[in-house]
Amino acid sequence: MTTSALGAPRRGALGRTLDRVGGGLLQALLAVIGVFWLVPTLGLFVVSIRGDAANNSTGWWTAFTKPAELTLGNYSSLLATGFTGSFWNTVLITVPTTVLVIGIAAMAAYAFAWMEFPGRDTLFLVVVGLLVVPVQIALIPIAKLYGTFGIFGSIAGVVIFHTAFGLPFAIFLLRNFFAGIPRSLLEAARMDGAGEWKIFSTVVFPLAKPAVASLGIFQFLWVWNDLLIALVFADTDNQPMTKALQSQMRQFGTNIDILAPGAFLSLIIPLILFFAFQRYFVQGMMAGSVK
Amino acid sequence: MTDRLDGPQSSRGGEDAARESSSGPEEPPGTSPVPDDAPPPAEEGVERDGSDGDVHPALADVESDDPAAPRAAPELATAGAAAPAAGPAATTRGTGQGATAQGTARGRTARLGPAPTLALVFLLPAALVLGAMVIYPIVYSIFRSLFDATGDTFVGAGNYASIFSDSSTLTTIRNNLIWVVVAPALVTVIGLIFAVLTERIRWATAFKLVVFMPMAVSLMASGVIFRLVYEQDPDRGVANAVITSVQGLFGSQQGYPDARPRENDKAPVALQQGAVVSRQPARPGQAVLVPLVGVKPATLASASAAKAAQPGPGELAGTVWVDFTQGGGGTLNQVDGTEKALAGVTVEAVRDGSVKATATTEADGTFRFAGLPQGDYLVRLPQSNFQEAFNGIPWLGPTLITPAIIGAFIWVWAGFAMVLIAAGLSAIPRDALEAARIDGATEWQVFRKITVPLLSPVLLVVFVTMIINTLKVFDLVFVIAPGSVQPQANVIALEMWRVSFGGGGNQGLGSALAIFLLVLVLPFMIINIRRFRRDNQ
Repeated sequence: MTTSALGAPRRGALGRTLDRVGGGLLQALLAVIGVFWLVPTLGLFVVSIRGDAANNSTGWWTAFTKPAELTLGNYSSLLATGFTGSFWNTVLITVPTTVLVIGIAAMAAYAFAWMEFPGRDTLFLVVVGLLVVPVQIALIPIAKLYGTFGIFGSIAGVVIFHTAFGLPFAIFLLRNFFAGIPRSLLEAARMDGAGEWKIFSTVVFPLAKPAVASLGIFQFLWVWNDLLIALVFADTDNQPMTKALQSQMRQFGTNIDILAPGAFLSLIIPLILFFAFQRYFVQGMMAGSVK
Repeated sequence: MTDRLDGPQSSRGGEDAARESSSGPEEPPGTSPVPDDAPPPAEEGVERDGSDGDVHPALADVESDDPAAPRAAPELATAGAAAPAAGPAATTRGTGQGATAQGTARGRTARLGPAPTLALVFLLPAALVLGAMVIYPIVYSIFRSLFDATGDTFVGAGNYASIFSDSSTLTTIRNNLIWVVVAPALVTVIGLIFAVLTERIRWATAFKLVVFMPMAVSLMASGVIFRLVYEQDPDRGVANAVITSVQGLFGSQQGYPDARPRENDKAPVALQQGAVVSRQPARPGQAVLVPLVGVKPATLASASAAKAAQPGPGELAGTVWVDFTQGGGGTLNQVDGTEKALAGVTVEAVRDGSVKATATTEADGTFRFAGLPQGDYLVRLPQSNFQEAFNGIPWLGPTLITPAIIGAFIWVWAGFAMVLIAAGLSAIPRDALEAARIDGATEWQVFRKITVPLLSPVLLVVFVTMIINTLKVFDLVFVIAPGSVQPQANVIALEMWRVSFGGGGNQGLGSALAIFLLVLVLPFMIINIRRFRRDNQ
């Protein structure tokens, strides 16, 4: 857009026509790519609302010519299998984790940004280092630890694990934001005799709403979408949707009528969140990549 | 909803605002040795725009003018809003106000900060959780990796030795290597292409939303999505369906895999190395008969009746048909009224071993070569006519499984790369590009010589992030690869889970694999820390 606008005055009518043709080709190309990116998810959705017989005999794209095939039967039979239980487990894991991560990380980030203590900078570099530690490193030791404390398989165990591995990113993101808050606001509060806790909870934290929103949506999506940690630490009664779906993958061919609606249900809430809060999502992503 | 994915532009606005407002505050040099207990925000902005001599000496070297707080290392002192990483900070009022307020606060306060012990209280929850759940496991895993499966016997480096000697773990290492070499580069390049192209269209935001969307979808669900995409049957898997229809567009006809000539000397054609060739040479003006048998009746259901070809003058013609009359009757090696034609067969006219002309049979089975020079020709039906019809590429088979999963990985991550790179792109000064164009540089030169070098820090961030992600890749492989091909698709992270929890029961080897993974990530951890320190210096 910019370039052709800048280049136009120097070129003749032929050049402009070529530009226009090129622009049309570019639009067409990007449209095709966009369709390419949409088709897989669309396919999952259509498969999830087609009957078993239809899915077994023809491709989902034929459904557009035969809308009569469409049915909500898959969803109702999925709900009959107890999938709602794993939906609530996902919620019970995700929401507390998000709250815990924000709370614990905000306190630490406040200390890193506005308090002085020996070794502060080194400690913060440790946090930056922990950003990339793979969760695999903790699976075996924590499984053993949870066994000792008797919380292996419980929702609490999954929540604590997620919280721990969410903290480095959260501290990193919030500390960078807190450090940008006007110093005068803190000084004024201190002059008025406010304690650190009061400054943190009534001045800094409320000002950091955009950063907290970014962090919150990221954390929510990570935990909601996790499979590996649930696979190890959640037993069947406490399993979230991802693990419930995974256990169905072995019979992929025969139970697509359960898998497709299940997968679609599991991604619908993240998608809604994504479209509603995409601004925060993008900001969090920018802030989170170490530059 | 429009423009929201254009966050970086507003962030640039925020930085500019910070620069403008920060040039204002008066800063007497004498007041500089204030024991600051926290980093002044937007320092970078102040420093750069501090064109008046008063500001500069006070701020240029934080360490020297801050004797009371020598521990406040300079690299972190400027971290706050000045760091480009602080996206949220830059997009909100934080930066601009911070810069102005900074000047006034600095001048008048003595130490009001809290005691270091109080900091401990704020850090305690995080320190406890991180210590118990991340630091301790690292130490424990190192020890555990030196013991055998049960944990009773010390085996030294035995587990590590078996990682590098066992053929199945070697496969995982090889696969991870493929991942690391291929996936990050592809994601970065595709993200760059998308970011550059979307700059030129009006509906860029919609496009970005669509490409970015998979980031919100769980890898588990993405796995289900791509299992459906990659189904082998072209009637069910969309990937093979697309390939089939594209092939159809380019006129690739249906094959006749079972068709063959009769095996006797009277048949006018014979099988030669998979192709069907006429026994007797023919000249233009003659008709060649190519009778075949063995075609399934189902294939012929819609075929029309064959017709004997009537060559025009100077024309070599002929008929390809199924020399079999249903219900009996008919003459061998002659086109009888009810016999079916084979349409769409490729026919070649061969002379002295080289193909002189190619034709395709009509619906009635006839073909003709016009304008051939005089001479003797053999008629040949190349082997391609008799190959199996396209049955779909086995994406989920053992050979293609890793490329197929990398395809899904690109689908997930291209949006991330695109959005980060687009942000970097919007931060490139337009006048630099414009100047180059006025100097007569082509678009490609501008892109190669100016855009890409200026983007290189962002490209590096994307690239390193993707390397880390590919090293840790687990869900996509676990979900997309069917059980029978998982050994061929296996990666380190998945193998670690398999040997320790997925039935393997060998936590010694599992710990060794986890440590191995950590060691692989380590260089990138160091790169991150270094870049963070440098950017905040």
